[in-house]
Amino acid sequence: MWQGFSIRPEQASTIAQGVDYLYYFLTAIDLFFTAIIFLAIFYFAVRYRRRSEEEHAEQIEGNIPLELAWTLIPLGLVTVVFLWGTSLFIRNSRPPAASTEIFVVGKQWMWKLQHPEGVEEINELHVPVNRPIKLTMTSEDVIHDFSVPAFRIKKDVVPGMYTTLWFQATKTGSFHLFCDQYCGTNHSLMKGEVVVMEPTAYEQWLSGGIRGESMVQAGAKLYEQLACITCHGTGKGPSFVGIYGKPVKLTNGQTLTVDDDYLRHCILYPSDRVVEGYRPIMPTFKGQITEEQLLQVIAYIKSLTPQEGKATK
Amino acid sequence: MARRRPTLADPHASSALAHQFEDLGQQHESASLGMWIFLATEVMFFGGLFAGYTIYRNMYTAGFVAGSHELNVTIGAINTAVLICSSLTMALAVRAAQLGKRIPLVTLLIATILLGLAFVIIKLTLEWRHDYLEGLVPGLNFTFAGPNARSMELFFCFYFVMTGVHALHMVVGVGVLFWLVVQAWKGRFGPERFNFVEGAGLYWHFVDIIWIFLFPLLYLIGGRY
Amino acid sequence: MATAAVELDTRVHYLNANYGIKSWLLTTDHKRIAILYMASITFFFLIGGLAATLIRIHLIEPNGAVFEPGTYNKLFSMHGIVMVFFFLIPSIPAVLGNFLVPMMIGARDLAFPKLNLLSWYVFMAGGILVLYSVIWGGVDTGWTFYTPLSTSYVNSNVLSAAFGVFIAGFSSILTGLNFVVTIHKMRAPGMTWFRMPLFLWAMYATSIIQILGTPVVAITLVLVAVERMFHVGIFDPAVGGDPILFQHLFWFYSHPAVYIMILPSMGVVSELITCFAKKRIFGYSFVAFSSVAIAVISFLVWGHHMFVSGQSIYAGIIFSALSFLVAIPSAIKVFNWTATLYKGSISYQAPMLYAMGFIGLFTMGGLTGLFLATLATDTHLHDTYFVVGHFHYIMVGGAVMGYLGGIHFWWPKITGRLYPDGWARLAAAIVFIGFNLTFFPQYMLGYLGMPRRYAIYSPEFQVLNVMSSAGASILAVGYAIPLVYLIWSMRYGPEAGPNPWGAKGLEWETPSPPPTENFEEIPVVSEEAYAYGAKEAHVG
Repeated sequence: MWQGFSIRPEQASTIAQGVDYLYYFLTAIDLFFTAIIFLAIFYFAVRYRRRSEEEHAEQIEGNIPLELAWTLIPLGLVTVVFLWGTSLFIRNSRPPAASTEIFVVGKQWMWKLQHPEGVEEINELHVPVNRPIKLTMTSEDVIHDFSVPAFRIKKDVVPGMYTTLWFQATKTGSFHLFCDQYCGTNHSLMKGEVVVMEPTAYEQWLSGGIRGESMVQAGAKLYEQLACITCHGTGKGPSFVGIYGKPVKLTNGQTLTVDDDYLRHCILYPSDRVVEGYRPIMPTFKGQITEEQLLQVIAYIKSLTPQEGKATK
Repeated sequence: MARRRPTLADPHASSALAHQFEDLGQQHESASLGMWIFLATEVMFFGGLFAGYTIYRNMYTAGFVAGSHELNVTIGAINTAVLICSSLTMALAVRAAQLGKRIPLVTLLIATILLGLAFVIIKLTLEWRHDYLEGLVPGLNFTFAGPNARSMELFFCFYFVMTGVHALHMVVGVGVLFWLVVQAWKGRFGPERFNFVEGAGLYWHFVDIIWIFLFPLLYLIGGRY
Repeated sequence: MATAAVELDTRVHYLNANYGIKSWLLTTDHKRIAILYMASITFFFLIGGLAATLIRIHLIEPNGAVFEPGTYNKLFSMHGIVMVFFFLIPSIPAVLGNFLVPMMIGARDLAFPKLNLLSWYVFMAGGILVLYSVIWGGVDTGWTFYTPLSTSYVNSNVLSAAFGVFIAGFSSILTGLNFVVTIHKMRAPGMTWFRMPLFLWAMYATSIIQILGTPVVAITLVLVAVERMFHVGIFDPAVGGDPILFQHLFWFYSHPAVYIMILPSMGVVSELITCFAKKRIFGYSFVAFSSVAIAVISFLVWGHHMFVSGQSIYAGIIFSALSFLVAIPSAIKVFNWTATLYKGSISYQAPMLYAMGFIGLFTMGGLTGLFLATLATDTHLHDTYFVVGHFHYIMVGGAVMGYLGGIHFWWPKITGRLYPDGWARLAAAIVFIGFNLTFFPQYMLGYLGMPRRYAIYSPEFQVLNVMSSAGASILAVGYAIPLVYLIWSMRYGPEAGPNPWGAKGLEWETPSPPPTENFEEIPVVSEEAYAYGAKEAHVG
């Protein structure tokens, strides 16, 4: 029963320590105020206990300076906590530009993970230590939540959209991965391990994995299979070359930035967001393409920089 | 210190006064405050729907416009007129109750009922039935297939939930009015006792106002007016 | 004592004014309706408590000691739905509020007695439907009904349970409406707003939330039902809907609902502290307005349930800031209660022990809320046992302690009889200790990362889970004892007299139990609330 018992979770990512410092600070605030209240009540309770039935309490109406003090001091404290927590959160939400991207698809009740090199895993994620990893996540059915307590990271995995998460592991070893959002019968079985490895061991593991094609290659193949190329490349539909991350103007006047969510939406529901200058003739690919394949196609589109684009054309 | 009217055992000064109140003024104020608070809850109830509608309309503008174009503005406008007339007859009914005029009260209440029923029947036979036959009812019969079919379906979800909940309020209102007609016929209302008529009137006007919001939101979007 | 008992039996009061089942089921007397509610919610508390017991037994073993995961899911859903909607939300408002609001303001009844009775029937209708749903077949969505799980994936009684909650919501709305009108329009002569007992301020603030929040969850549940019945996509992304919109609508009510549970308890505690310290409240207007402030701010903080849901970072920042704001009025209350004890003349009957327990537990529950309002730490703690610990400190440590304190305080008024104070103090101590043993380990579990709603968990979490389950068994004893002696006292308790605690307030100026019309004559108020210094200054 006591096996593995500890009162502090392991710190295994660059994010963990910062979160813990804030956690300790908050714990200190809590202890301080709990102590004040408990000691005050205890002291008053003993000091002013009723000694006789005839005793009269001294009536005090209130005290404005005191009221101001215990309004403004907590207000100041929570302002500090707010600023600290928010700035830390913003930092923790922004993946470094050089992150390796790994794709996560949740479904009842398993995690499917896809490395850019094409290796696929279930309920186990192998990553190299000391390298930033960005997760792009979606769900096939209900809302799940990707949580790794040792990294202090967590984010809901929502059907119909992409959410992202990032971490940089600082320790090798195996860490729990939980689904934290209740997702049905076997919610508590939807868990796995994040295995953090030395870079060399990781490369070895990667090359020993099932060698299919990389995600970009798989995406390129789908691109031909699904006949995307017949329009997007002939001028009938907008070209994909170099569009990722750029703004695009739609027929309804809106301007959006081309990101994973936009591309996903356009493949599944083409008529919602038509690019200006084109007609809404694209059929929907909903039902013909799985979430994993979508991620592959998107990976391929992202890989199309202008030079490469010319090369493939 | 002046004592107020003391116990329950005392014979009531007026049969219109419920035992928990001190006087008719207090009773009247309580009843109308209660009704206003109830309407506040109704505002929040429809508010949730309006919020959802607004969000989706922003997300899927094209589909919502296309969906709106499937609706019949003329019938919607006729129904709007019917409801506004019913509000007039209702307001006159409240006045009649305050003045204690029995026959005008009954007549005006019945007129309100008829207008309310007319609204529901027009809605049911000329609009919903038509939508059903056209295959525009999500969940039961939705066969529309066009570029915006998906977001149109969402539009029609909101259309049916919003107009459905509204129509349900109308039906409840008509039921209340029926009860008022019976009571009014028996001469239960008068200058001392018209809280029920007034409360029902507030409710009726509120349901009308909801429609005044629904009509442009559902029928008149996308430059069709 | 014997003669006193005779007095109780001979005098006509609301309990013996008439007899028979019908006289109870058709009563419009707010006091009798309060008792109907008390019996009903005690029943629901036992159902919810039974589910909790089974949950804690199951969690002794990492692989689950008793149930299949599916059954476990139904148990925690049942626990949540029954406790939240059918015990906590109606607890103080529908029982103590119903009994006390008219008495405290010096009225003969609520403004709408028939509506009051109707709200009990509506409540029972919803309750029976929900009981049917959770027992025959069960519901496994959790009390939160998150979409698209609830609308498209689970095969349990979601429809009937949601409909039951929907119906019960009207009871809550009608009760709130009744209280607001009563407090506005039916105060006795001289009972100005700032002479009102703080319990009434708390009830007023609570009613506002009930009135404005409940309709939103009602329409949300309607949409869930429509989506589930017709398979249209309002919240299901597969058909274009947005599951996060559901969360916004749901928490728009369900976060303020937390304050429906805790505000009335705060009101009760203000009554208890002043009475047993024999002192007027410290900073009356601060305590009063902080109730209103909590009610208002509570509507603006719902997004803190959704920091990791995929809503935008900027929304998260705004909701975080607003959530910290709600801490301030809560802190003001705690400090004012503590300051009220200063130079008081404090005695320690059972209600006072509950009140002091409330302050302690609420302080701990409120302060741990800071962790969850802080974006960076919530990212780690969200949906873990830390959250479970936090809201149980507020809802059980806070709301239930307040409810029990209030029941013990007004029991002599309600029944006309006293319970054995020694037993009551013992029970209060056991509840306090058992509660902390049950829920403190859950904070630690959450920090370690144990997700909530797990039927099967990793072995390293076992020690703390066993501690929690052990604590729960103590807590259960603490809850069982009052049930026994309170029922015993209804028949055998010594007669209480009109004012056993020497308390101030109009409800203590009428006999116990009160006559049906509450007061022989409508009282005229000429002094502040809690005028414990001014001896015999009141006018009868």
